[in-house]
Amino acid sequence: MESIPIEHGLILAGILFTLGLIGVLTRRNIVFVLMSLEIMLNASGLAFIVASARWGHAEGQVMFLMILTLAAAEVAVGLGLIIQVYRRYQTVDINVLSEMKG
Amino acid sequence: MILVVLIGVLFVGGVIAWISERINPDYPRLIALVAVLLDLLLMVILLSGSAGSEAQWLASIDAQWMPRFGISFYLAADGLSGLLLLLTAFLGVIAVGSAWDEIKDRPGFFYFNLLWTLAGVLGVFTALDLFLFFFFWEVMLIPMYFIIAIWGHENKNYAAMKFFLFTQVSGMLMLISILVLAYFHYIQFGTFSFNYHDLLAVSTGGELEMWVMLGFFIAFTTKLPSIPFHSWLPDAHSQAPTAGSVILAGVLLKTGAYGLIRFAVPLFPEASLAFAPVAMTLAAISILYCAKVAFAQSDIKRLIAYTSVSHMGFVTLGIYAWNEQALQGAVMTMLAHGLSAAALFMLAGSLQHRIHTRNMQDMGGFWPKVPHMATVALFFSIAALGMPGLGNFIGEFLALLGAFQSNITLTVISAFGLIFASVYSLWVIQKIFHGEFASTNFDDSQLTDLSRREMVYFGAMMLGLVWMGMYPQTFLDMSAAALGGLLAGSQELVTSVVQN
Amino acid sequence: MLDLIWLLPTFSLLGFLSLVLTAGTLPKRIAAIIGAGSVGLSFAVAVIIAIQFLGSGEEYFVKEVWTWMSVGSLNAGFSFYLDGLSLTMMLVITGIGFLIHLYATGYMDDDPGFSRFFAYMNLFVAAMLMLVLGDNLILLYLGWEGVGLCSYLLIGFWYTNPENGYAARKAFVVTRVGDTSMAIGLFLLFAQLGTLNIQDLMYAAETQWAVGSGLAVAVSLLILGGAVGKSAQLPLQTWLPDAMAGPTPISALIHAATMVTAGVYLVARTHILFELAPTVQLLVAWIGLITLLMAGFTALTQSDIKRILAYSTMSQIGYMFLALGVGAWSASVFHLMTHAFFKALLFLASGTVILSLHHEQNIFKMGGVRKQLPVSFWSFLIGSLALTAFPFTSGYFSKDEILLAALELDGPGLWLWMGGVLGAFFTGLYTFRLFFVVFFGDNKGHEPTQEVGGWNMSWPLFVLMVGALLAGFIGLPLDAVFGGHGEEEHDVSALIHGIMIAAPLLGIGIAYLFYYSKTFSVDKLMASPLAKSLHKFWFSGWGMDALYNWLFVYPFLWLARINKDDLVDKLYAFVVVLSRAAHAMIVKTQTGYLRWYALSVATGLVLILTLGVLL
Repeated sequence: MESIPIEHGLILAGILFTLGLIGVLTRRNIVFVLMSLEIMLNASGLAFIVASARWGHAEGQVMFLMILTLAAAEVAVGLGLIIQVYRRYQTVDINVLSEMKG
Repeated sequence: MILVVLIGVLFVGGVIAWISERINPDYPRLIALVAVLLDLLLMVILLSGSAGSEAQWLASIDAQWMPRFGISFYLAADGLSGLLLLLTAFLGVIAVGSAWDEIKDRPGFFYFNLLWTLAGVLGVFTALDLFLFFFFWEVMLIPMYFIIAIWGHENKNYAAMKFFLFTQVSGMLMLISILVLAYFHYIQFGTFSFNYHDLLAVSTGGELEMWVMLGFFIAFTTKLPSIPFHSWLPDAHSQAPTAGSVILAGVLLKTGAYGLIRFAVPLFPEASLAFAPVAMTLAAISILYCAKVAFAQSDIKRLIAYTSVSHMGFVTLGIYAWNEQALQGAVMTMLAHGLSAAALFMLAGSLQHRIHTRNMQDMGGFWPKVPHMATVALFFSIAALGMPGLGNFIGEFLALLGAFQSNITLTVISAFGLIFASVYSLWVIQKIFHGEFASTNFDDSQLTDLSRREMVYFGAMMLGLVWMGMYPQTFLDMSAAALGGLLAGSQELVTSVVQN
Repeated sequence: MLDLIWLLPTFSLLGFLSLVLTAGTLPKRIAAIIGAGSVGLSFAVAVIIAIQFLGSGEEYFVKEVWTWMSVGSLNAGFSFYLDGLSLTMMLVITGIGFLIHLYATGYMDDDPGFSRFFAYMNLFVAAMLMLVLGDNLILLYLGWEGVGLCSYLLIGFWYTNPENGYAARKAFVVTRVGDTSMAIGLFLLFAQLGTLNIQDLMYAAETQWAVGSGLAVAVSLLILGGAVGKSAQLPLQTWLPDAMAGPTPISALIHAATMVTAGVYLVARTHILFELAPTVQLLVAWIGLITLLMAGFTALTQSDIKRILAYSTMSQIGYMFLALGVGAWSASVFHLMTHAFFKALLFLASGTVILSLHHEQNIFKMGGVRKQLPVSFWSFLIGSLALTAFPFTSGYFSKDEILLAALELDGPGLWLWMGGVLGAFFTGLYTFRLFFVVFFGDNKGHEPTQEVGGWNMSWPLFVLMVGALLAGFIGLPLDAVFGGHGEEEHDVSALIHGIMIAAPLLGIGIAYLFYYSKTFSVDKLMASPLAKSLHKFWFSGWGMDALYNWLFVYPFLWLARINKDDLVDKLYAFVVVLSRAAHAMIVKTQTGYLRWYALSVATGLVLILTLGVLL
């Protein structure tokens, strides 16, 4: 079976991760921030899979399953929080939600 | 074993007192009283049982705790510890008594903190494992913080935080020093040990010894306190509730002096010898400077706090003179000052309770209104200024007598403290009790004389001071063996080092 | 019986305790019986002990009651030492003390603090007995501080007046300066000789120190510091005139007869040290002389009856110091004893006058009261005669001895003698100025109806009158104490004797011309500006109070005021400011924007990764 070179996979993962990071840093809507976070998680998941395929190990797949569950849990909790935040502040703009200012 | 019981009673009593509040808010004080009385009883049994025996250690217990690091649960009491334990138990009873009517808010938690502080103090006075010592050192600090921060007066948060920071920072320096010592034990003997006797044999040597010693010295002189680490004390005292002041002035300050005698000097005899002139200079400055600042205060509790610093200067002076008379003098000063300062704070507290001010400018001419209180105040002021026949004189006289043999100039300077002491002591009496009655400055409807219960406490403390002043031999004999051992140990070390 | 010497202070101490513990609830009569009776009992015991001791022919007697403190080589007991000197002091204290207590039961009769007064008085007697009977310097120091305390309490007895409180504190603090000097002397003695037992010390000093050695000079100077403080001599004399704020019996007991002479006792007790330091001993003589002259001048200008007597006390103690300084130890103690009689008499008599005139103390508002106040008149007459050393009164014998001893001293002896004679002249002048102004002339407003006081106030006066007249014939058992320095035959010419008798008489004569016959007018004398300023200067006690205020009191108050908030605390306040500033700087990074935090996390990660790759 023709295999994709590991570099391609890792570069793709890196690009995805950077995209996610940029999303986290630039989006104002907290829902989009959460989505960008998901992209970052999946980027790292992709890196695991690529690596496990390259060396033929199962650990990477296992890690990806863990990340998948983690992401699901995170989305559940995160969305719940977002709903609560929206109820309380009537906004999902993180520039407005700056209560942690020192 | 008796030592574990002594400390355990207070720990357990504190917890029970806290819980019992839910049943009845009157229970905590009863439980606290029972606990401290039990401790006092145990102490008397322990000391009377050992009277006349030549053994250096009255009681001890040594159980393994963390053997991998050479940490053990090692408690032991000799005559020196014994005297201070007795003082702690006695003042514990007095403190519970002085809080009896004053603390209405959350009594359960208050007595929990009070008892735990006392337990920490007892632990500090008996722990001979430095790790355990540090543990107790912290145990007595945190409940005291709560006592000031929750039940204090108008500026309590500031005072409590200041107290906490000073003690905590200096305690951290001591922790570092303890760890360095244990590490050097590892280097020299191949094992970690926090055992006091093991560490006595460790010599770090050279410049490092001075730094490690300073870690201890700063921790202990902050607690004592001495210039320049004293400035937390006036704030803590003026804000603390009366019982807190009693414990603070009566016993907490003595842990610093005890630490100097037990640890700072014996562990580092050479560095201490070299450092003695500096320490004695600090002591002399403390005596004079704080006496002068005390005179300037108008807040009566601040005034007494500064006099405490001044009197503790005699203790430092005596300790660093490091001979028999001076050490005995230092210990006697600790005991006598424990009683007299605690009594003065209680008087200030009961005045504040009655007229809701601590400002002496507003007071005057109280004698005919409160003759008993005035007489008691006169007695303790006279004691504080070092009147022969009362305990404070014995302590200060012996301390100066001993110090004179090691440093004439500083002793002479310190002796002027006796003059200053008379200036501020008599000023207090004049300002509060003599003169025309100053009734316009406050609501005098509650200015009543001491109650029967208060008279009992003050009477007991007065008897104690007279006993110390007229027959100090009881106390001198008790600590003689312990102090003699410390003196001999350090002299051996110093001479052996000098010979090598 | 000698073993019961510990009873002496115990009686008074029990009196004190019973009066204090009952806290003024006792009926006045009972309090009076306890107060005066305890001292009376002490006196009875003292007399019995004295008879036994003198009969036994022993030189001294020691009784240890219990060990006070024993630390290493320091060993001090509650132990009493009895010899001729302490015997004399003991009898003076209990005897005259008892008379004054008796008098005070009348004098203080209408005072609300009656029982408090007697409590303090009893404590005083107990402390004073400790002072003179203690066989070691620490016990002596106990008594020494104890009498100082009682002096403080009794000067400020009428505490509602802040001036009394000020006088009391001044007395305590000024004497404490001397006490501290003495305490340092004690430390030095112990450090050098290893004991504080007086007799051992004297022996050790005599055998170990050479005459004039630096240590002897230092120690005797330090002890002298204590003595001048207690005995109100230069330079620590300023407290005594103010101490007259206390009730008059106090002035008689503490500030005339007993406590102020404690300094004389101390120097006499440690006379061996002073003999080892001749320069200091000479200093003692000069201090005595200067004090007696200064006090004499000042007494001449005062108008308060008790202040005049206070300055005269200072002046008479000056004579005692003069005697000590020229080595006439016995003469000094002899004068101490006679002075106790006649000065107590004068003070008690002045107390009767003051009370009869409704607490008037200004002599120029009295006058012409000799008919109405006969007992006071005769007391004053006899007391004044003894004070001025009128021939064959008690004061004559003792002062005579002092002056002759001074004259015999080589070197400055003649000067000291001349100063002493001049002082005697002034004594005559100021004493009879007081006497004539109070008892003769016209009455100026205060017409006394009758002399106050029952038998309990008049009988002590009678006894003291007899004492003041005849005490000069008592021989004191001091030879053994001072090693034969006692009775010496003085071989001097009749001219010297004549001058010494004439000087006080001259003083009396001038006082007569000015204040009785009014041949000369004081007002004319006072007219010149020089006289006015001199009067002002002397009246203020040679400006010493002002000097000390400027030198010590004001700087201390100033220092206290500027540093009320404790400079050291500012150091920590600086730390607080510093950490607040740091806080303000770093807080800026806490923007509250989520993305800012995320960016910093990412940047940190990148940084760490790059570092990891590079290294």
